[in-house]
Amino acid sequence: MGLELYLDLLSQPCRAVYLFAKKTGIPFQLHTVNLFKGQHLTEEFSQVNSLQKVPVLKDGDFFLSESSAILIYLSCRCQVGDHWYPPDLQSHARIHEYLGWHADNIRGTFGVTLWARIIAPLMGLQIPEEEVERNKTGMSQALQQLEDKFLRDKAFLMGQEMTLADLMSLEELMQPVIFGYDVFEGRPRLAAWRERVEAFLGAELWQETHAPALNFLDQWTKNTLLMLRPESYPSFLLRIARIP
Amino acid sequence: MGLELYLDLLSQPCRAIYIFAKKNGIPFQLRTVELLKGQHLSDAFAQVNPLKKVPALKDGDFTLSESVAILLYLFHKYKVPDYWYPQDLQARARVDEYLAWQHTALRRNCLRALWHKVMLPVVMGEQISSELLAATLAELDVTLQVLEDKFLQDKAFLVGPQISLADLVAITELMHPVGAGCQVFEGRPKLAAWYRRVEAAVGEDLFREAHEVILKVKDTPPADPTVKQKLMPGVLAMIR
Repeated sequence: MGLELYLDLLSQPCRAVYLFAKKTGIPFQLHTVNLFKGQHLTEEFSQVNSLQKVPVLKDGDFFLSESSAILIYLSCRCQVGDHWYPPDLQSHARIHEYLGWHADNIRGTFGVTLWARIIAPLMGLQIPEEEVERNKTGMSQALQQLEDKFLRDKAFLMGQEMTLADLMSLEELMQPVIFGYDVFEGRPRLAAWRERVEAFLGAELWQETHAPALNFLDQWTKNTLLMLRPESYPSFLLRIARIP
Repeated sequence: MGLELYLDLLSQPCRAIYIFAKKNGIPFQLRTVELLKGQHLSDAFAQVNPLKKVPALKDGDFTLSESVAILLYLFHKYKVPDYWYPQDLQARARVDEYLAWQHTALRRNCLRALWHKVMLPVVMGEQISSELLAATLAELDVTLQVLEDKFLQDKAFLVGPQISLADLVAITELMHPVGAGCQVFEGRPKLAAWYRRVEAAVGEDLFREAHEVILKVKDTPPADPTVKQKLMPGVLAMIR
């Protein structure tokens, strides 16, 4: 039995996992879990991950959640280039330093645009302007640190080569960009980094990975987005309440 | 120059690193950075970690921040038992999974419980509404249940029969609400038994030594107003 991945490409950590598996040529069976339709809240999906979150990896009878854990597992299990998750002591530590910082400063911050602009209004809610502004300030501070502390003058976050960190990071930054807030504006160094990552991944894979999110946006713009299911409300409300 | 660790045992990830280094006989120079005195905000410390956070590690001219990265660096650099971060691919993935999960779940809840219950009202002199405190503690309760049901289950330790980095990171987090006076083990016999196993695996003396500060946190004197002013922006960002 080969690898299976439970993903929704609307979710940024899922896109990082998808890009990684595709780019490195790891064969896998894709199970799409539509978050907007609340498919992660079903009894069936709870058997896959009791935390009701994507992404999830299945390898035989082994189930694994958390995107960074999945990326590390795939790097070690499959023959991918060393550069993704370098084994030498200091580079290895640097990746984990980034992942720790990312969890605190990037994750949770760059997803807010989608919630504020699209999902909350669909639920008849309005995210207070001060929260939106605070989120923009948070993104701006995180971007500055990303540039000054991690990217600096290097080609990629960790050095001359692509790593897991670049995928995790760029997909988070793409979320507000897709939903109408360009975080690269006025940041030429980060914009050049984005171009390098995109070029490395290739236009075809890049487009394929972002198509579902762009399609979601398109449906919303045309007012043809399906209604939210009532059973999704509690978990969506909880997410919205978490916006600082 | 040997290994230097910049820590304040008031901070939960610092305690995990302290215990790991001591338990495994890793020689290091302890550089205490007193958070409540704002020492992490000094220019001198910014040379070690420009993000102005503890823990930080310095090994020759290599500096490193973020607790998980530091624990893994120590694990790989020194000869320590394999069970801390098992060689077995799936067991190791379980440790990584836990470490990623706790970052956005247990970590946040334990931190908020301590600050809302003790640090803000007692040390910073900031009133916390009873609704906010109740919500914080309710959220902590939900997360503790996940820790027990999803991660611990019926195992001796979080990822299997032996202690790992996951247990160390988890227990040092839980001691935050314990220090704040929350009964986190009450009505949770499985979690309570796990706690005793972790304490025994670490060694009671070392465990006590590492937690002396947090267990007396309620006696912390109020912060000096000028220091408080310096600390508050960082505090608010941290517990938001």
